[in-house]
Amino acid sequence: MSLETEISVRTQVARQHAAAGGPRGFVRRYIFSTDHKIIGIQYYFLALVAVLTGVVLSILMRLHLAWPSLHLPFVAGGIMTPEQYESLLTMHGTLMVFFVLTTAPQGGFGNYFLPIQIGAPDMAFPRLNMLSFWITFASFVCMLSAFFVPGGAPISGWTAYAPLSALGQVTGPGEGLGQTIWLVSIGLFCMATLLGALNFISTTIDMRAPGMSLFRMPLTVWAWFVTAILALLSFAVLLAAVVMLLLDRTAGTSFFVPAATVVSEQLERHSGGSPLLWEHLFWFFGHPEVYIAILPGMGVTSHLLSTFSRKPVFGYKAMVWATCAIGLLGFVVWGHHMFVSGMSPYSAFAFSLLTLSIAVPSAIKTFNWLGTLWGGKLRFTTAMLFALGFVSIFVTGGLSGLFLAQPAVDNMLHATYYVVAHFHLIMGVAALFAVFAATYFWFPKMFGRMMSERLGKLHFWFTFVGAYLIFFPMHFVGLAGGIRRYADFTAVAYLSGLQPLQRFITWMVFATAAGQLFFLWNFCWSLRRGQKAPANPWSATTLEWITASPPAHDNFAGDYPRVYRGPYEYSVPGAAEDFVMQDSLPAEKGAGQG
Amino acid sequence: MLAITLAVLVGIAVYFFLWGKWGPPAAITRVGNEVDRQYRLTLAVTGAIFVVAQLGLAFAIFRYRDRGQGARYSHGNAGLEILWTSATTVIFLGLGLLGYKAWGAVRLTTAAPGAIPIEVTTSQFVYEFRYAGPDGRFGMTNPKLISPSNGNPVGLDPNDPAGRDDIVVPALTVPVNREIDLLIRSQDVIHSVFVRELRLQQDAVPGLTVPLHFTADKTGTYDIVCTQLCGLGHSRMHSYLNVVSEAEYESFLKRQERMLQTAGGQ
Repeated sequence: MSLETEISVRTQVARQHAAAGGPRGFVRRYIFSTDHKIIGIQYYFLALVAVLTGVVLSILMRLHLAWPSLHLPFVAGGIMTPEQYESLLTMHGTLMVFFVLTTAPQGGFGNYFLPIQIGAPDMAFPRLNMLSFWITFASFVCMLSAFFVPGGAPISGWTAYAPLSALGQVTGPGEGLGQTIWLVSIGLFCMATLLGALNFISTTIDMRAPGMSLFRMPLTVWAWFVTAILALLSFAVLLAAVVMLLLDRTAGTSFFVPAATVVSEQLERHSGGSPLLWEHLFWFFGHPEVYIAILPGMGVTSHLLSTFSRKPVFGYKAMVWATCAIGLLGFVVWGHHMFVSGMSPYSAFAFSLLTLSIAVPSAIKTFNWLGTLWGGKLRFTTAMLFALGFVSIFVTGGLSGLFLAQPAVDNMLHATYYVVAHFHLIMGVAALFAVFAATYFWFPKMFGRMMSERLGKLHFWFTFVGAYLIFFPMHFVGLAGGIRRYADFTAVAYLSGLQPLQRFITWMVFATAAGQLFFLWNFCWSLRRGQKAPANPWSATTLEWITASPPAHDNFAGDYPRVYRGPYEYSVPGAAEDFVMQDSLPAEKGAGQG
Repeated sequence: MLAITLAVLVGIAVYFFLWGKWGPPAAITRVGNEVDRQYRLTLAVTGAIFVVAQLGLAFAIFRYRDRGQGARYSHGNAGLEILWTSATTVIFLGLGLLGYKAWGAVRLTTAAPGAIPIEVTTSQFVYEFRYAGPDGRFGMTNPKLISPSNGNPVGLDPNDPAGRDDIVVPALTVPVNREIDLLIRSQDVIHSVFVRELRLQQDAVPGLTVPLHFTADKTGTYDIVCTQLCGLGHSRMHSYLNVVSEAEYESFLKRQERMLQTAGGQ
């Protein structure tokens, strides 16, 4: 069979294009680049700036929660007002969910490694890829500008529930121009993510190297692929919802505002809309979004546990099917955010059972991770430590979901700090652990230098212990009835009783945030001074490790791989080394199937 | 070291959950007790899974650390996959089915005929509670008449005789052991009604009237708080639920009626 019939026309064109060599000028090469590797790094740095901003916002929030009357030098008037606190929480959530958890795992690592791991020279649509990043960048700048307009950033939370978000300045400061800017920014973000998702899906379907069958794809590729499908189907709905809300605000429509809405003794000129419609549309996006954030992390964890246990992934196919099942079920559980919203109590039952069902593939994954470790030969690199940390955090954060998935129990836990603890652990901390694991693992490939393991381990211990000390006590704040999104806990007697716990959490936030300096220092120092990385520093098997660190413009310097086996062939009996690369020729008939 | 940390973590977690000092106060309704039972059942199940999974992880980390041994070449075990898939399905869905009783008891039934209807109206950032008065009927309201500054926070229509005896107060007073049928509404944005001792919360949504019924079996004063981000006063949106004896409730109503008559006679 000739090579031309084995690879798609798009791949042939991409190879010819890549053979011409990359662009020369600095601007075309590093700024308006169409190279998926540069774009991946751009996304990563964007997420890094966003996460630092988000952490600063959370430190300010924690300061205010612990000491509500504290004078802050950088706050106008000295003491933080409730609306300032609420704009901080809105922006913290927005930055973290959209610009960190959606951007780093998928836009960053997915962009960089998906094409390489399937043996492709680039993404299917390189220019579209560039456009995705720059629209995301514009969206980010737009979002930050909300801080500086009259009235400040919006106060309606990252969920922007209508009518609070639909009626303008009258419902509160930040609900004027700030909320409009927020909506425009999210609209842009949706468009960028949709374009990116198209690219990921086309690339995975159309650009795989000869021999790279679907069941030979690394689990990371499977995760990015399923995530892209989720993004395509869910961000489209958010985009529509955002446009509708913008119309309600600016064009006098009434999608989300019912008749007889009276704010400050003024009857609003709206009629016929439904606030629950916004909740449904938002969470139809919002729940898959949780999986958009965490699925790539699951992929990375599977990938790393296998690599550093020197063992094939336990139940590779079960992992693939579990990923697909999570993706599918992720679309039919959104109602569990709305048990007490006034939605039909009968549908709550259906959403509850579906939500509990999605815990099954998640449990399958956990068992398979343990199965991968079992009987292995574990190497505790920093990347491995973060992958193990992911498993621990994922278990803890996932189990609290079993409480919230039951509407009866949700009656007492909804909108309390219990929920804050749950989603931070499962969505935020777990996903960030995977991002850290991926950083320590792939940094050598991306930048050609090794990171310091000593600093990396310090960073791990601060982060792992810190994350538990911050978020574990929050469960108790929630059980005692501590309400989330409260600017202060002093107005209600029983809430002030929780103040010592709040102060403890704030101290732990300081310590954990300080621990992140080890990471920043390690990152910056290693970029310039790190030890030079070989092509395959971890003795790993997948295609990114057959090429130079960092890879050439076309990823494989013209020598495109052909794949002969599965992605996780570690400790194969009879093999010379304890790993067999995916492109290694079969030694004899039947050897190395996987 | 990670193995030890995980083991310590499990110890601390189990200790604090069993200690229970930071839990909610005792429930004051039968349904609330049922919610607590379901909570404890879920805690037992998830607690067991938590301990087994974290200690399993700790054991694997300790036992299989690189000491120069060879790793086992295995792609998995279909029997085990089927076993844990079916086991988790049964446990998780079983929990959900059992929990349905507590949900159904409060959400899938309506209040019994003798229940006392009380309308809850929320707005930025206050609660108003409306009692139907001696005639047992709520008067008509009109959004155009809503004016807290003129003493008409719910927009009562003065032309409707049924509304003349309606009592509107900023705190909720109810008799003990009597079923209460709350009718929850909102004038502006989404708010909510949460009383932790009732183990109940319900959003107040503009355009909807959502019923919520309960029977408190213990007198006392309990906090009502808003759990749905509603604007800058969110954390100060607060009222009280006073559960009182039948006699006290009667005198509360009498007092309110007298005040209404004095105000009306002026």
